[in-house]
Amino acid sequence: MLQKIGHRYLTLIALAVIVAALPLIFPSSYYFRVASLVWVSAFAAIGLNILMGQAGQVSLGHAGFFGIGAYAVAIGPAHFGIPTWAALLIGCALSSVLAYLVGRPILKLKGHYLAIATLGLGVLVALVITTESRWTGGPDGMPVAKLTLLGWRVSGSDTWYWISGGLLLLGTWIALNLNDTPTGRAFRALHDSEVAARVAGIDVARFKLQAFVIAAAYASVAGSVLAMMNGFINPDQAGFLHSVEMVTMVVLGGLGSVVGSIVGAAVLITLPQVLTVFQEYEHLLLGFIIIVSMIFMRDGIVPTLSRVLAKRTQS
Amino acid sequence: MPEFVQFLVSGLTVGAVYALVALGFTLVYNASDVVNFAQGEFVMLGGMVTVFASAAGIPLPLAALLAVVVSVVVGLLLYWLAIEPARDASPVTLIIITIGASILLRGAAQILFDKQFHKLPSISGDTPVNLLGAAIQPQSFWVLGGTAVIVILLYVFLERTVLGKAVLATAANKLAARLVGINTTTVMALAFGGSAAIGAVAGVLITPITLTSYDVGTLLALKGFAAAMLGGMGNPLGAVAGGLLLGLLEAFGVGYISSTYKDAFAFIVILLVLFAMPQGLFGRRTVERV
Amino acid sequence: MTILGARDIGISFGGIKAIDGVNFSVSPGQILSIIGPNGAGKTTLFNIVSGVYECDQGRVELSGEDVTRLTPDKLAARGLSRTFQNLQIFQRMTAAENVMVGRHLRERCNLLADLFRLPSVTRQNSETREAALTLLDDVGLRSSADIAAGSLSYGACKRLEIARALAAEPRVLLLDEPAAGCNAVETEEIDELIRRVAAKGIAVVLVEHDMKLVMKISNHILVLNRGKPIAEGAPREVRDNPAVLEAYLGKHGAKEAARA
Repeated sequence: MLQKIGHRYLTLIALAVIVAALPLIFPSSYYFRVASLVWVSAFAAIGLNILMGQAGQVSLGHAGFFGIGAYAVAIGPAHFGIPTWAALLIGCALSSVLAYLVGRPILKLKGHYLAIATLGLGVLVALVITTESRWTGGPDGMPVAKLTLLGWRVSGSDTWYWISGGLLLLGTWIALNLNDTPTGRAFRALHDSEVAARVAGIDVARFKLQAFVIAAAYASVAGSVLAMMNGFINPDQAGFLHSVEMVTMVVLGGLGSVVGSIVGAAVLITLPQVLTVFQEYEHLLLGFIIIVSMIFMRDGIVPTLSRVLAKRTQS
Repeated sequence: MPEFVQFLVSGLTVGAVYALVALGFTLVYNASDVVNFAQGEFVMLGGMVTVFASAAGIPLPLAALLAVVVSVVVGLLLYWLAIEPARDASPVTLIIITIGASILLRGAAQILFDKQFHKLPSISGDTPVNLLGAAIQPQSFWVLGGTAVIVILLYVFLERTVLGKAVLATAANKLAARLVGINTTTVMALAFGGSAAIGAVAGVLITPITLTSYDVGTLLALKGFAAAMLGGMGNPLGAVAGGLLLGLLEAFGVGYISSTYKDAFAFIVILLVLFAMPQGLFGRRTVERV
Repeated sequence: MTILGARDIGISFGGIKAIDGVNFSVSPGQILSIIGPNGAGKTTLFNIVSGVYECDQGRVELSGEDVTRLTPDKLAARGLSRTFQNLQIFQRMTAAENVMVGRHLRERCNLLADLFRLPSVTRQNSETREAALTLLDDVGLRSSADIAAGSLSYGACKRLEIARALAAEPRVLLLDEPAAGCNAVETEEIDELIRRVAAKGIAVVLVEHDMKLVMKISNHILVLNRGKPIAEGAPREVRDNPAVLEAYLGKHGAKEAARA
């Protein structure tokens, strides 16, 4: 029992140390920006992991919720005069409500039917965003007003680094909390055997919906933070390709592993940055990574590595 | 009236392409339980390879043939390199792999070709034909005719030849098919290759009307999948019916409701079908054994 | 005083009548065994009673209440638990966690409290884990508590499922082939376990192929063949029933058995 508690806090402390120490080796503000992007994407991935890794569902349209959060903080201040922080909360509420309403019928589906339904949902959201250009600026996107909190204008890549890092720690803490709780166990149970979970008294539909809404909320907040960070947002953030990237982060890092989602996000974001020479090859590379990792490292980086390490320490 | 006929024909024409994509999906799904998201890329390859090959000097009919061959090779490679190694993975993993493949193919097309839109000359010229007051492009008839020929050929193949029966058997129960001596690897390769060929032909036929570019594949795949779902996943005739129906829905929706949300119709259809009748128009309900 | 009753159950699958006119009832503390050759419909019957399938006709009553159309989770809330013939353990969770899931209905489950891991949740966790460990002890799996269930042996998994089913503190327990694949020693342990469960006042309905076990512990036996009931009664009556022999051994075999 003690080792379990230890494991949870150990992960958080290690993550906090990494977030705190990384800036020491950053040569320029560019690195702060990339790292912030990693933290925000990892936050979204952790949420998606709760849905996919824990509860065993799939969402190929998750960027839709990301987009809703992003456009909320753009549209709220620009068209309605709502302060940015309030728009973030509204965006999160909107995403959660949408997930709740659509989730009920969608989560009755399984396997590739569920995959395609969520895909369709995501594409529809992106389509609406792209088409309603009067509100959203259309395919070219729209600017996002800077966040002001209690008179303080939040700006600067290092400020956003700490904000997104803090957000990631919060998101990680919540996700790790879930593990050893009735809700977390219900998620994992319905993933392993839906019928046995039902027989044990678990209302499977209700818990699937909870996981879906949680994941949507995470994605929405992540989208809002990214929009505020960049000062600009475009419909690609809600698009199909981004949904695929989000799923790849979760799966690549390791389905079910919170740390895995962070690793997956880190790999997927930094790799194109490292290979900026091959800007053109971005799609080619993404596609290749997806295929290869799904075939050879189906469990994901973190579980595969921990298995290899476990074998080493045994012998 | 002429407006109606216009929408009808354009709807059927586009619907024929959706039908062919859906047919490709169905072929692969039946043989391997895989939803091949890269199906749309075969249509893209059909158009793009023909364009670039003929631009390089190859006569148009040969360029089209080359396009089909390239597409089939890509389809087989997809099967051997990406699907076969992951044969025991979950359906979702396989979908993700095919999505990865479609992204990879798109990325490759972006580099090998370019990001522009391209057109092919119509097979029998561009002079519109008058049908009940509407001006119909002659290429439409080629598309519809070509689709009909492919559907008939496929039907004859599946129902009347031994190899076709083998495909159907593999679709019904893969293990049982192997036990009676059917080489399921050949069947799968056939399915992937066949669906690639069908997609490429669709691409060659439709490019004179709708143009082509490196990224037309994604939307086509999604719409083709919607059509397959509408007709009942796994049912070839349902796939064709679903494709034509979806094309009509889109054309009439654009004509009478809204043209800005043209692409949304397919996705609304997907969601409605999945919610209301997941087995589609012609599919069968299955019971899960515990 | 019947706690679980099934009246005139019938179900068809695509034209084949899998169950036709089956009745049974169990009282608290009683052990009812349902036997019959393969394909007789025993697991289908279980699936109907536990809400996994919906029957075409008939009634299922739990403590006098009509529960025919209820889903498995609602039945669990009313005190009905079951195990599965083809093992439905939670492979990636530990043995202890498997049993803890079984106690889901006895736990307070609040999403917000769980997301923030409030002290009440931590406290409840230890209680649930204690209860789970006790149950694991009962089935002899205490030492495997923190091992992934997927790596346990077949016999251990069978016992794990029983522990999980018992964690819900059911009033009725349906066991689908609990001794399948078990050796003589393991079967003996299952025997003792079932007796102890029944002694606590829980009604046990058993589907089994192991005739020795069935004859030894059952109060009452129901024999099914091709979905229809063909015999019913105390073990001694059923054992020598010619219809039962014929169902299992065929006409020729039954004649041989009669001569032996």
